[in-house]
Amino acid sequence: MKTTDHSSVAQIVVKNLTMAYDNYVIMQNLNFSVNPGDVFIIMGGSGCGKSTLLRHLIGLKAPFKGEIFYGNTSFWNVLPAERDRIMKQAGILYQSGALWSSMTLGQNVALPLEQYTNLKQKEIRELVAFKLSLVGLAGFEDFYPSEISGGMRKRAGLARAIAMDPKFLFFDEPSAGLDPLSARRLDELILELRESLGATIVVVTHDLDSIFMIGNNSVFLDAGTKTMSAMGHPRMLRQDSEYDDVRLFLRRGETKESRHR
Amino acid sequence: MITPANDLLRLSPVSDSHVSLQLLGKWRQGSTLPDTGDIISGLTQFPRLEKISFDSSSLKSWDSILLITLTRLIETCEQKGVFVDRSGLPQGVKRLLMLASAVPEKKGTREKRRRPTFLAHVGEETLDFLKSAGEIISFLGESTIAVMKLFTGKARYRSSDLTLTIQECGVEALPIVSLISLLVGLILAFIGAIQLEMFGAEIYVADLVGIAMVRVMGSVMTGVIMAGRTGAAFAAQIGTMEVNEEIDALKTLGISPVEFLVLPRMLGMTIMMPMLCLYANLMGILGGLIVGVTMLDVNLVQYYLQTRNAVGINDLVIGIIQGVLFGILVALTGCLRGMQCGRSAAAVGNASTSAVVTGIVAIVVTTALVTIICSVIGV
Ligand SMILES: Nc1ncnc2c1ncn2[C@@H]1O[C@H](COP(=O)(O)OP(=O)(O)OP(=O)(O)O)[C@@H](O)[C@H]1O
Ligand SMILES: [Mg+2]
Repeated sequence: MKTTDHSSVAQIVVKNLTMAYDNYVIMQNLNFSVNPGDVFIIMGGSGCGKSTLLRHLIGLKAPFKGEIFYGNTSFWNVLPAERDRIMKQAGILYQSGALWSSMTLGQNVALPLEQYTNLKQKEIRELVAFKLSLVGLAGFEDFYPSEISGGMRKRAGLARAIAMDPKFLFFDEPSAGLDPLSARRLDELILELRESLGATIVVVTHDLDSIFMIGNNSVFLDAGTKTMSAMGHPRMLRQDSEYDDVRLFLRRGETKESRHR
Repeated sequence: MITPANDLLRLSPVSDSHVSLQLLGKWRQGSTLPDTGDIISGLTQFPRLEKISFDSSSLKSWDSILLITLTRLIETCEQKGVFVDRSGLPQGVKRLLMLASAVPEKKGTREKRRRPTFLAHVGEETLDFLKSAGEIISFLGESTIAVMKLFTGKARYRSSDLTLTIQECGVEALPIVSLISLLVGLILAFIGAIQLEMFGAEIYVADLVGIAMVRVMGSVMTGVIMAGRTGAAFAAQIGTMEVNEEIDALKTLGISPVEFLVLPRMLGMTIMMPMLCLYANLMGILGGLIVGVTMLDVNLVQYYLQTRNAVGINDLVIGIIQGVLFGILVALTGCLRGMQCGRSAAAVGNASTSAVVTGIVAIVVTTALVTIICSVIGV
């Protein structure tokens, strides 16, 4: 599954995207591109449409207007089968974990492998054990999702997302509900995945620590103006974004003068 | 001039254009509060009002009640262009008011939630109906494709799902199917006996019960039981998966939820329904037999022979075919309602209710159709 084509063309390009539920517009005029090997952060206040944007990127919700390109393919103007083919190279961690509740953790992680590879049962078992240990859940193969905590479900969801060594990874709030240590380990894991798999990673998060630690590109969605207000490296945005909202967000609402309050 | 609106509030003019509001006593839930309207009309006594300020030196204690009164007051004053000086308010009140106004109200949402007019309502219902008709058709299409894939051996589903469904609609359904069919047999026999006794033709109770059970009632009762038991369970299972984004996770993995979730359930149901129907038929006949032997003094062997003569292979085949149809319908409606489920706990409840209703309606309509068709072609 490893790809060596590190071409410099952007992997995912979003052009003039407008997102809406029925006719209620959530965000409009989104324009950004995700380059190969990026850890791309989608940030913004709660309820501004980050998860919705992710659903557009992974083929679950069609744009109201505008286009999304994967390489040269216009993602929403091709047949569903072609979209499925692109998504086979993607691993997705949902905000709620979305583990299949009737299957054990082991079976959850194994399902993509059973569907799309010719590995033998024994190899699959070993791979599953390995992926679970990567997220700190070694030995939990036979637990059902209802038998573990919320944070553990999140991590198991991550193990399932990386089961196939995907080329694209989409994470919806990976560190929400994790303790600081696990969150930190998760950030390290994300960076490691980018290095070792050459994966392109899109992360929705509000966790400032991980934004600065892992992100090298980002887009900020502003619920007030209903469009993106900034794009760039998170540290640069914190320094000198022209938008007050973005700087405030990245400094946890602290301006320099009000720091003592 | 002092205007005591209440013993909690006093308006004292500082100058022509400046009024100070004195807050007194306890502003808590349960105390009789001054009406905001009264305060505002109290303020209209000052036609040249430009500024109000507060004096809270005699305020003993307060809670959110004070905050909402102040919010309304401040809103009205600001609309009228009156400056509100908040410096006299307690620190905590000032900070909470600031926090409450920090995120502006989401515009357009209240508008959207307004009650629609009658015409708009009718229009929306019609559009919803068309949309759901479209959904049903595409669901049926996908199910058909899944079944075709099954026959070519390309369908992807977990065999453990199939086993589980077989167990759920097999062994676990037996007790209730036994009880209901036995009782239905009994009831039929009782009603038949009352009529037939008048002609001294008690023995024909066996014919009545046998034909009615085997041809219609066995499969209909089993179908209704399965709609209530298994159809509702399917809707709830799949609906919960929808709420948990589990269906999304399947879709993005390129696995068709219809193939993966609906197919094994439909298959399990289709396999088990004929057997359950046969079993229900037997139990119904047994119920009739109990009435016949104990109350009508019919001989056991006589009853058996009479039933065997009365019930033809036609009746049996028609009953079983109906049963299979019901099985498919119940599984499909259950799964369909589950897939249409919204993203909340209440939606899951609605999905299983509507699965049962749709399932039973489908069963009754199909029974009517089958009966009409049979009488037209004369079997
Ligand atoms: N199914 C839906 N139908 C209508 N509106 C929706 C639906 N789902 C979400 N919304 C609306 O879309 C907006 C964005 O929702 P979304 O879940 O994308 O937010 P988010 O940025 O991911 O928030 P959070 O950080 O809290 O997860 C919200 O205002 C919500 O009201
Ligand atoms: Mg979200």
